Amino acid sequence: MLTNSQGEASGAPHRPGENGEPRVTLREDGGAVACSLSGAWNTRTVAHIDAQMRALEARDDIRHLELDVSQATGLDTAGAWLIERLVHAHEQRGVDVTVSGQSEAATILLAAVRDAVAQDREAAARPHRAWILNLLERIGRAMYEARDDLVYGANILGATIGGAQMKLGRAHAVNPAAIVHQIDRMGVGAVPIIVLMSAIVGAIIAQQGAFQLRYFGAEIFVVDLVGILILRELGVLMTAIMIAGRSGSAITAEIGSMKMREEVDALTVIGLNPVGVLVFPRLVALMIAVPCLTIVANFAALGGAMFITWLYSGIPPAAFIDRLRDSIDLSTIFAGLIKAPFMALIVGIIASIEGMKVGGSAESLGNHVTASVVKAIFVVIVIDGLFAIFYAAIDF
Amino acid sequence: MTVLTESRNIETGTERDVLLSVRDATVAFGESVILDKLSLDVYRGEILGFVGASGSGKSVLLRTILGLVRKQGGTIRLLGQDLDKASDEQRMRVDMRQGVLFQHGALFSALTVLENIQVPMREYLDLPRKLMDELALLKLELVGLPPDAAPKFPSELSGGMIKRAALARALALDPDIVFLDEPTSGLDPIGAAEFDELVGKLRDTMGLTVYMVTHDLDSLLTACDRIAVLGGKRVLVEGTVDDMLKCDDPWVKAYFRGKRARQIDRSARG
Repeated sequence: MLTNSQGEASGAPHRPGENGEPRVTLREDGGAVACSLSGAWNTRTVAHIDAQMRALEARDDIRHLELDVSQATGLDTAGAWLIERLVHAHEQRGVDVTVSGQSEAATILLAAVRDAVAQDREAAARPHRAWILNLLERIGRAMYEARDDLVYGANILGATIGGAQMKLGRAHAVNPAAIVHQIDRMGVGAVPIIVLMSAIVGAIIAQQGAFQLRYFGAEIFVVDLVGILILRELGVLMTAIMIAGRSGSAITAEIGSMKMREEVDALTVIGLNPVGVLVFPRLVALMIAVPCLTIVANFAALGGAMFITWLYSGIPPAAFIDRLRDSIDLSTIFAGLIKAPFMALIVGIIASIEGMKVGGSAESLGNHVTASVVKAIFVVIVIDGLFAIFYAAIDF
Repeated sequence: MTVLTESRNIETGTERDVLLSVRDATVAFGESVILDKLSLDVYRGEILGFVGASGSGKSVLLRTILGLVRKQGGTIRLLGQDLDKASDEQRMRVDMRQGVLFQHGALFSALTVLENIQVPMREYLDLPRKLMDELALLKLELVGLPPDAAPKFPSELSGGMIKRAALARALALDPDIVFLDEPTSGLDPIGAAEFDELVGKLRDTMGLTVYMVTHDLDSLLTACDRIAVLGGKRVLVEGTVDDMLKCDDPWVKAYFRGKRARQIDRSARG
């Protein structure tokens, strides 16, 4: 008879069996193996014995297996799982297995776990595919997603232009209170940060422009540079980017969390069009607020530039305004301002689409808020570029 | 954890293992006192049903026991440990031996069901990954969910499945005591009955002690060994269904003898 105490050979830091650690003592006799289980067999300790039990499970030279669990204390589902896993594996091979020494409570527990072991536990493994297929799949999905975004964006735009607040047959005036509330939040609330940011950007451009033009002795032309750059491009662009970050994210988060809690579904069932109720007031508010904010941004940027040119180049404010009046005309101002409602529309629509796409989880909300801001800023810049090309083509 | 089934007899006056003892707990939010010198014992191996009118402070008591709400006075001993005096390590030992099923499941929405069950295991135990998967699947089977629910996200589950998955997470570490906050609310009567049966079965197999806040009369009748009624900022009455029926308090009377409670009357007579 051979006594093989594998527990001691496993190199555990403590002597197995001490501190209540689980332990298996094997007694082999030809093809018959008798295991004596001792120590605490619970969730907190089974990690020590798992590898040894698996090794025992994998052995196929066993004819008869005898498990004595009378020394095992504190058996819980994890311990029972290890025992039943071993029993099940050997029973599958046709080995004669006997379990002895269990208490009444352990019998109930082992029986409950046995039911679970017996069920087919084959987890459906995901089929392995070539990386090129995965790549193509992602490209395809991205394309379809872009198409869906475009269609949904057109839907929102159409619903907005149609002013569809209610479902068919119940046309209803737009709620002015909601729009005013949104203008207050997205427009008036954004004034301080937009004034500050635009003034700083205007000042930086004026300073750099003045330093470069000084080489040519044409320092006064910094007024032309700053005036045209800010009024045509930067005022509206900076405003749109700030609004995309500030209000676009808020719209996505608001609509998204309403979607998560089925509030959007509730609106539909009550007979309200979610686009009309949620998106329309925000879009209208944005289209009113962004041009106004653009005007504010223009003034702030010009003010910053005026201060800096006075400070660095000694151009007094009166001369700055005089020069500005010569260099720009009404069309320069409108070339910038016309873009503002389009920017507002794009930020609002992208934010709404992303909000409506939010799924059930908190992670999904975060992903879509990020996507909303990134996409909105990207598209705003692209649109600005398209306008620049268009203006150049029509000589505006 | 030791499996103890013999200490379940309620009528025996012998000394029983007290797992949770609340003494003179007082909780107030500002001026309004929610619980006033409340005392309660929960014994090992029993299923305690806890009822009370809406707003009477059932959830506050549960949250106080779990340490989510601060109490103004009294002591709470959970698993023999005074929670106010426990060191971080002692507190952690207690945390490992308790499980909580929140009313709406509170499954982590960004994780799959299997990962949700593994969260406590990862936090407290150093298990091989394969064993952790096996144990999580075992818990899933024990609460009666099919294995194909494992890779799903909570948003893809029905209400009953969410409750079961949340129960599986509460059982992840084979706790001594589980707290269930309205486990059968929002389930259909059949699903609720199955859940009650499940709780009873798990109590028998895993030797659980169950503290169940509930409004469900059927649960109180079929699953619970003992019932405690919260009213007037303290425990009004505790005992078996028969004790409830004998109680003279108007709210307890209305609750257990009202129209919706006629099956209790019938079973009490029969």
